Amino acid sequence: MAVKDDNKQVLDFNLQMEKQTDSFPMLQVLNNDGEIVDEDALKEAGLNEDQLVELMKQMVFSRVLHERSTKLAKQGRLGFYAPTIGEEASQIASNYAFEKGDWLFPGYRDIPQLVMKGWPIYKAFLWSRGHYEGNEFDDVNGWMPQIIIGAQYVEAAGAALGLKMRKQPNVAYAYTGDGGTSQGDFYEGMNFAGAYNAPAVFFSQNNEYAISTPRKLQTKAPHLAAKGWAAGLPSLVVDGMDPIAMYLASKKARQWAVDGNGPVFIETITNRLGAHSMSGDDPLRYRTQEEIDEWTKKEPLIRFRKYLEGLGLWSEEIENDWTEVVNEQIDDGVKQADGIDKQKISDFIEQTLEVPGQAAQEQINKFRGEGK
Amino acid sequence: MAQKTYIQAITEAQDLALANDENVVIFGEDVGKNGGVFRATDGLQAKYGEDRVFNTPLAESGIGGMAIGMTTQNYRPIMEIQFFGFVYEVMDSLAGQMARGRFRFHGTRTFPIVVRSPYGGGTKTPEMHADSLEGLVAQTPGLRVVMPATPADAKGLLLSAVESNDPVIFLENLRLYRSIRGDVPEGYYTTPLDKANVIREGKDVSIITYGGMVHTSLAAAEELAKDGIDAEVVDLRTVSPLDLDTIGESVEKTGRVVVAQEAQRQAGIGAMVMSEISERFIMSLKAPIGRVAAPDSVYPFALAENEWLPKADDIIEKVKEVVNFD
Repeated sequence: MAVKDDNKQVLDFNLQMEKQTDSFPMLQVLNNDGEIVDEDALKEAGLNEDQLVELMKQMVFSRVLHERSTKLAKQGRLGFYAPTIGEEASQIASNYAFEKGDWLFPGYRDIPQLVMKGWPIYKAFLWSRGHYEGNEFDDVNGWMPQIIIGAQYVEAAGAALGLKMRKQPNVAYAYTGDGGTSQGDFYEGMNFAGAYNAPAVFFSQNNEYAISTPRKLQTKAPHLAAKGWAAGLPSLVVDGMDPIAMYLASKKARQWAVDGNGPVFIETITNRLGAHSMSGDDPLRYRTQEEIDEWTKKEPLIRFRKYLEGLGLWSEEIENDWTEVVNEQIDDGVKQADGIDKQKISDFIEQTLEVPGQAAQEQINKFRGEGK
Repeated sequence: MAQKTYIQAITEAQDLALANDENVVIFGEDVGKNGGVFRATDGLQAKYGEDRVFNTPLAESGIGGMAIGMTTQNYRPIMEIQFFGFVYEVMDSLAGQMARGRFRFHGTRTFPIVVRSPYGGGTKTPEMHADSLEGLVAQTPGLRVVMPATPADAKGLLLSAVESNDPVIFLENLRLYRSIRGDVPEGYYTTPLDKANVIREGKDVSIITYGGMVHTSLAAAEELAKDGIDAEVVDLRTVSPLDLDTIGESVEKTGRVVVAQEAQRQAGIGAMVMSEISERFIMSLKAPIGRVAAPDSVYPFALAENEWLPKADDIIEKVKEVVNFD
């Protein structure tokens, strides 16, 4: 008699739920206390001393940029600003694994990665204020910070397919948050990239909140990473407060994609220690200070500082000197942004279609005549 | 000159676009081996390979996003939305992203994407396939909306659309695919975007229309001629942006206007044409402008659609009303 012995497994719903929960252990190399918990992984990350210092400098840069941006926003000298405090490893250490030729598709909180890719600070400020010159990317392989959550995923899939068809040794990489994983485009992007085996790396920075909605209200899935499996992607959960784990996971994902194996999905476990944005959001309306304090203990700069100080690569003095340098760069950025010419309405119309229609041309002429 | 169907002209244009520019790629649901559900891309995958002409997963937003992303690698995508009734699924890519792309990047990046899609009723499609939704995209700055009425225009306008660095929504009237034939010039040629065409000259009244209704209007004009009314038919060809000069010349010549559209009356292209005429050429008018449009209901189910769609008789009646106005 023929025997089919896996039917019980198919019908075991409890087993399925257990598997979903147990299938995604979190990658961690550097723990909260700044201790290496996996020497092999550290070796695999392969960061030399210069790179460790450079990564720390970039993360401090991001923190200082956050602090200054927050102040500038309070003074009314920035427009929209989404705080990045706490997410330096998730953003910067992942970005550090990519190359100049790779294409970055950020969300609106991912300003630091764009700046690291070469987008001048003053342009980031102009973008925030709402000035069109902020959006000139020149030779930076980056995309405007995406406002429509999820759209960056489908666009990254297209860029990745294009890179594959052009036989470029590069990838497209995109960032969204935990809320972003609820969008249809989130799945469509991963699924398209997967279907074409296109070189893309997708990040969901699970920072626990989409404005006020907690992660647990976004989905029943115990891990966001499981959503990558739905599209057939290798899918990882990574400690998003651990710069070494973030770098290692990103580097391996990039290599996998460049080698022609298709896209990868990475869920980073991090936390938004600040407000959603500086436009009137008060986190204490929907979360407690205790919760923020608990997460603050895990934030990436504390542990990375400890680790690098232990190696003799970092000190308070180095950090202070570097902070001063960053502050100067930011001062210059503000100055440069302040000096930009006013936008012209005629220019708005001219930038809409390359060849304006008849009515649009009349409007261009009218506004130009008025000096607008 | 060879006589070709509307859809043959569209296939030929895509064939030439692929041959002319290696950056042109075509993708959409079922456009590959199957040649599209209407065979608009018939044989193109076999001729140009799976890298140039390929199927996508079944997700319109993914198709739109992919087209946008591919422009980063200097591709010029022709993406197909299988039916324009499905456009709601890809509205962000069209109106939110590619339409605003050039503006957002302050002119430093362009989005040379052609979105081909069949629209329009009268072929008993299942519901949500046949709507005339050009108004949705025509009101979005940053998109060109092209709606050819003849095989020759379909070919020439499609090649212009591919050459344009602006995103073009290229709407093909489903009813015309195999119901009309026309002379189509051989080889590669372009028909200018933004230029309306006086497809039938007349002196008594201007029927201003586009897409499938051009043929309905021409049929009406033939009938009207029997009653001694000499109707001019203006085919807009591009409904956004509008060619106001050609509209104006016709209005100034006849002094009487009927606009005809297959879409519902509310907030349509016809309304835009009427308002431009009122603003610019009202002193040339000898009568109020007449309008023929579908009723302001949801597009009906297949058994009733031919009752509901505007017909030649509706145009004839409206033209007579406008012509007889003193």
